[in-house]
Amino acid sequence: MRGFRVWGLVPAWSLMLGTLMVPLIIVAMVSVADRGTYGGFDWAFNLLSYREILFSEDWDGNLAFDPKYLGIIGRTLLLATATTAICMILSLPVAYVIATRSPRMKALLIYLVTLPFWVSMIVRVYAWLIILGNDGIVGRFWHWIGGEGTLLFTPGAMLVGMVYSYIPLMVLPVFAAIEKLDPALLEAGADLYASRWTTARRVILPLTWPGLAAGAVLVFVPALGTVLEPMLLGGGKQMMMGTLIQTQFGGGRNWPFGAAVALVLLAMVVIVLVLNARRAMHRETRA
Amino acid sequence: MTRGKAVEVFKVSKSFGNFQALDDVSFTIHENEFFTLLGPSGCGKTTLLRMIAGFETPTEGAIVLFGEEIEDLPAHKRHVNTVFQSYALFPHMTLEQNIAFGLENLGWDKARRQARVAEMLELVHMTPFAKRRPDQLSGGQRQRIALARALAPEPKVLLLDEPLSALDLKLRQAMRNELRALQRQTGITFIFVTHDQEEALDMSDRICVLGQGQIQQIGTPSEIYEEPVNRFVAAFIGESNFLDAEVTALDGERARIRTPLGLEITAAHKGLTDTGPATMSLRPEKIGLEEQAVGNVMTGTVRARNYMGGYTHYVVETAGVELRVSRRNGLSQAESYPVGQEVRLGFRDDSVRILAQ
Amino acid sequence: MSRHHNVRHYPGAGLVTAVFFLWLYAPIAVVIWFSFNENRLVSVWTGFSTKWYTAALSNDALLDALRVSLIVALTATVVATLVALSAAMVLSRNPDMRFRRLSETVVNLPLLLPEIVVAVASLILFSQIGFSNGMARLIVAHSAFCTPFAFLPIRARLQGMSRDYEEAAKDLYAAPFTAFRRVTLPLILPGVFAGAMLAFVISMDDFITSNMLNTGGTTTLPVYIFGLIKRGTTPELNAISTLLILASLVLALLALGLSARWMRRG
Repeated sequence: MRGFRVWGLVPAWSLMLGTLMVPLIIVAMVSVADRGTYGGFDWAFNLLSYREILFSEDWDGNLAFDPKYLGIIGRTLLLATATTAICMILSLPVAYVIATRSPRMKALLIYLVTLPFWVSMIVRVYAWLIILGNDGIVGRFWHWIGGEGTLLFTPGAMLVGMVYSYIPLMVLPVFAAIEKLDPALLEAGADLYASRWTTARRVILPLTWPGLAAGAVLVFVPALGTVLEPMLLGGGKQMMMGTLIQTQFGGGRNWPFGAAVALVLLAMVVIVLVLNARRAMHRETRA
Repeated sequence: MTRGKAVEVFKVSKSFGNFQALDDVSFTIHENEFFTLLGPSGCGKTTLLRMIAGFETPTEGAIVLFGEEIEDLPAHKRHVNTVFQSYALFPHMTLEQNIAFGLENLGWDKARRQARVAEMLELVHMTPFAKRRPDQLSGGQRQRIALARALAPEPKVLLLDEPLSALDLKLRQAMRNELRALQRQTGITFIFVTHDQEEALDMSDRICVLGQGQIQQIGTPSEIYEEPVNRFVAAFIGESNFLDAEVTALDGERARIRTPLGLEITAAHKGLTDTGPATMSLRPEKIGLEEQAVGNVMTGTVRARNYMGGYTHYVVETAGVELRVSRRNGLSQAESYPVGQEVRLGFRDDSVRILAQ
Repeated sequence: MSRHHNVRHYPGAGLVTAVFFLWLYAPIAVVIWFSFNENRLVSVWTGFSTKWYTAALSNDALLDALRVSLIVALTATVVATLVALSAAMVLSRNPDMRFRRLSETVVNLPLLLPEIVVAVASLILFSQIGFSNGMARLIVAHSAFCTPFAFLPIRARLQGMSRDYEEAAKDLYAAPFTAFRRVTLPLILPGVFAGAMLAFVISMDDFITSNMLNTGGTTTLPVYIFGLIKRGTTPELNAISTLLILASLVLALLALGLSARWMRRG
């Protein structure tokens, strides 16, 4: 058994080293390389790719501040934050209602929350493409109430798709947190002359906070790197960081720039994860 | 009677990080013996059992099984079997399959296996349940199957880790007798771990009292109860009144002491070498009240009374000392003494034990 | 007690929940509904027809993509489950080994990192070392990101399992591998099954990595569907989607049924 102690971990370590850790180091190296003439890259060390995120060079070689990519990063952050916020607000009443059902009903409803997750992501995003399209149910309703243009290929369409894709990741931890609440706490709140909404705000919400925070990380991190929603519902016009990276890796594109943007995205995710780990540790030491 | 040595434990110590679970423990268990490791939780008794089974290795010292050093022998090669506290019956196997599991690993052929399984089921009166699974059994039935499974491979030593603790009181009483009978019947050495002093006194040939990782006393049940060697043993097994006393003279196993009750008496002792201050121990049931007051007699005042059904417990104050007294409620309704009443109380010289400090 | 005085009742919450579930399932229902539309335009209902299913099932490119997806997913599931099982055994049975927390993080790394970044990284590495076999590239990459999905349920099951069973097996003369095969493995089988199932679904569903590593000839089902969507929505797409939805539901029900059976057996 003692020998197995090491050997049992070798496959996992090699797989992750080979497909994640080593490749990420190479990405870092590529991000400081020169752009290849016919796609790809040539080894070098410069920060041109990172400069390109903020500045553009005109034909005369003058640098000018260019908010084009900063706008994409901003849109990504905004959409991911909005997705997380909407998921939080929506999951509170839903998780609360589920948590207060009978055990059988609870199991059924939780199963129904997770079921769409089994359905292919691309099919779920495609569904919204139909619904929001000019001939779709929501699209027609939009025109009927006097809306103009198309609902598709807007940030709003992407937001709907993202919330739809990621909400089960929020409902489950929030449900777990609410289910742990002792019902007597609500009665204690009422007993101490708190109205329902005061009880919700001062008793339920603080005690559900760990679940909301866990769900926020689960939603925010994949939302930052999301690709399908901007590609299909954003129609390629509304770029996000994921699609920006994606488009740099076709033939003849700018690999070092793509690598640099990928590292910026990675850095954003790492910051979120570190903040979350510190919050969790802080909570542990308090408990 | 001279008997072979089944298990010898030599200077065994075990530490987990900074925690010293066992400290220089040595003893010998004989063949056919019902040997109990008794102590409070955390005293190291389960660790000791797990080391004999092979689930833990001693930090220092050696364990010898029938003359063979077993330190380097992994658990699955040691010819000892364990009855686990949780029983650990394999939930995905029938009772038959559970009992046959060890025999299969030992390479017994099918006919021999089947015969042995049948014999074991018979032994624990569970034959009709052969095809059931563990989750269809009651606690007592699981206990029996755990025993049958551990006995089936004909181990030289059977290890029992608090096997009765999961049962309710009535069942525990019955299982004690069954276990004892089974041990006599099979002639296998039983090493029994428990924190229940009554269980230990009832079933064991010998008891090893462990406390704080060290052996406090090894002896027969009556030796342990009647002649505890130190305050730990006297306090852990049964109840006792402990009083500071002064040893004035020593003579073999008798000591002359001056007690705080203002008496000079002769009392039994073990291992005392010097005169001077000592602790005297006096069991509550060894003190008689009124008509039962014999030997050293004095008067005292009842300070508290607790009616317990079979017994009544009193606290009686005499000569500035509070003594706990236990009085059996006999055949006739024993008279009871209310709080505040003056009573005569007395105890015999040989009811007093002098303990090493 | 009347409803209005029940402190656990929040007016409106029930309505929000009902709308939530409607919203969760409406898109799926819409896809299924229009797959039976006779019209070429997806969302203009003109009559019932199953012709789009016939078209889908005789679409060779689609069946080819399905074949690629199945080969990749099945292989990746086997690899990921074995890797995860072996790692979970070591990590849960040696709680105070060195680098335990680090190893655990490493196994779960694909869950923590954005998939697009990992996909780019794999693409660069594979093209640098000249690893060009499309199918093999997909299998390696899928095995990696499926591993944590296989790992988590197995790990949970192992942690919920009392160590007494393994010790009892060894006490009854079972050598380490026999103890694993006859006691540990049967007891954690529901976890292993759940892990494998998750790994399979995650692999079948993957778009980002498969699209990035796509070399032509190894187009997976989601990548193929993506291409179709780009060319415009058609009822045939709805038919394909409906078939996929049905397959997912069958898998989900199978998983539910099996886990319920195992729960009953304890």
